[in-house]
Amino acid sequence: MNNIVAMPMMIPLLTGIILVFLRPFVKVQRVVSFLALVATAIVSMILLNRIQTNGILRLDFGGWKPPYGILFVADSFSVLLVLTTAIVSAIVLLYAFSSIGARRENMFFYPFSLLLIAGVNGSFLTGDLFNLFVCFEVMLLASYVLITMGGKKIQLVESIKYVAINVLSSWFFLLGIAYLYGTVGTLNMAHLSARIAEVGQGPLLTIISMIFLIVFSLKSGLLLYFWLPGSYSAPPTAIAALFGALLTKVGIYAMFRTFTLIFYHEPSITHTMIGVMAAITLIGGSIGALAYQDIRQIVSYNVVITVGFILVGLAVSTEIAFQGAIFYLVHDMLIKALLFMLAGTMIYLTGKSRIEEMSGLIQNYPLLGWLFFLTTLSLAGIPPLSGFLGKLYVGQGAVEAGSYVLLGLAFLSGMFVLYSLLRIFMNTFWGETIISEDDEVPLQKRLLIPCVVLGIATIALGVGAESILVYVEDAAYTLMNPEVYVDAVLNKE
Amino acid sequence: METLMTILVGVLVTVAVYLLLSRSVIRIILGSAVLSHAVHLLLMVMGGLKKGGVPLLGEESESYTDALPQALILTAIVISFAVTAFLLVLAYRAYQETGSDDLQELRGFTDE
Repeated sequence: MNNIVAMPMMIPLLTGIILVFLRPFVKVQRVVSFLALVATAIVSMILLNRIQTNGILRLDFGGWKPPYGILFVADSFSVLLVLTTAIVSAIVLLYAFSSIGARRENMFFYPFSLLLIAGVNGSFLTGDLFNLFVCFEVMLLASYVLITMGGKKIQLVESIKYVAINVLSSWFFLLGIAYLYGTVGTLNMAHLSARIAEVGQGPLLTIISMIFLIVFSLKSGLLLYFWLPGSYSAPPTAIAALFGALLTKVGIYAMFRTFTLIFYHEPSITHTMIGVMAAITLIGGSIGALAYQDIRQIVSYNVVITVGFILVGLAVSTEIAFQGAIFYLVHDMLIKALLFMLAGTMIYLTGKSRIEEMSGLIQNYPLLGWLFFLTTLSLAGIPPLSGFLGKLYVGQGAVEAGSYVLLGLAFLSGMFVLYSLLRIFMNTFWGETIISEDDEVPLQKRLLIPCVVLGIATIALGVGAESILVYVEDAAYTLMNPEVYVDAVLNKE
Repeated sequence: METLMTILVGVLVTVAVYLLLSRSVIRIILGSAVLSHAVHLLLMVMGGLKKGGVPLLGEESESYTDALPQALILTAIVISFAVTAFLLVLAYRAYQETGSDDLQELRGFTDE
């Protein structure tokens, strides 16, 4: 019985629905939602180990054998991301308990967070292009609600753009699905891969792949990231952290899936395109990260830089680069949540969001300061921390493939990340404190603990990289050899 | 029949793009609704239209309509209705708060 494959989506989904009916009992909601995410994490750990022994798992809904039915497929790549999602979102919820405010807790914050996570996990696990669309929409609808929750003016204005852009990209997604179904006559990803390998990826299919490239670029913020900084800086900290950690990653995952499994026959067109887009994203993100004075904007542009960096891994397309990209993806989910939470905490403590209005925070809040410094180092990829290995592998892959321009840009962007965050660090934590003792807001332990946990996680992931490297290698191997995936779905009983 | 439907899809997309390019939020929402209907029709056409057949997988039937696009459209329509409803409420709330439904005025909005 493989029913466990559906669990990472079903647990948050069902819990989310149940929590709608428990609206008045905020304490119960907190406990139940946290426990649900812990359960999801445990289930995905079991899944991850089972994949190591049994190979890729799949669940055919209703017993319809692929390619006729719809199905969930769990390989190392997707389950690794599901596991990280569960862990990160559990910690973000811990932060939300004390920061989100009673009003939002009463307005179904927990149910919608869980539905968002259900959508994210569903997108990672599905083995069918149309279900990918549906899971995207589940995730997006939850995110629309979360971004507007509380109804501040700035949230409403930013969310109109966010929703409009996403409606348009969903339209392109359906367009791509329609054309693909018209040409190849199937939507099962493994079947698509097999059929396209049979008939060859002609110009028509390459054009269709371009439509998918546009869709997933819009979702992940590759090149088409103009909507991202505004909408990620509008909602409250916990929600922004959830967005920064999860939403773009789903687009990146979908991009990896489609361009390694389905449209991998014309790399000189598609992968070159991705490479160029990644390069422009790296440049644009770096400029954005330096241009703003608002902490939230700087942090949002750091998300953009990361997207560019990870997709350099896809553009060069060697096994070691895939390993680097996957490792960096896992690292980035942890560290972006931490970065958004730290930025939010700083804004909460000072009441200001521009860096020149803060100063000397480290004297009042030493632990917060050192955590921010740790995050900076980890994002820049300083060795013992988790960012290092991913950067090293992506770099190695780029050297192997001989794409030195991408290599140079990827590492240069690391410098810009370091500079933009050090600028925040020096302006806000160093210098004379401008908060008088009367105005000093006590930093609650409840706010600090989730940040510390994530800080420890980034060190642990860096030092103990060996422990997850097995899974990363397996995931990269599957991406590099799509026939493994196809065999597991179509030929295995 | 397919050609006719394709032209209809083209007309719908044209109308929708015209609406989407305007400044008023309500027009943009209408545009997105028309746009989604255009793509639903396209999905239908892509499955192939066969007159007279029913979408059933009878063993002996000579011609039948592909059932899959219809299932896809059903799902997509539900989703697009939900999103449109949400967008309408959102536009109304934004109008209440800011007193404007002109995107040009809402641009670069930073005030709390």
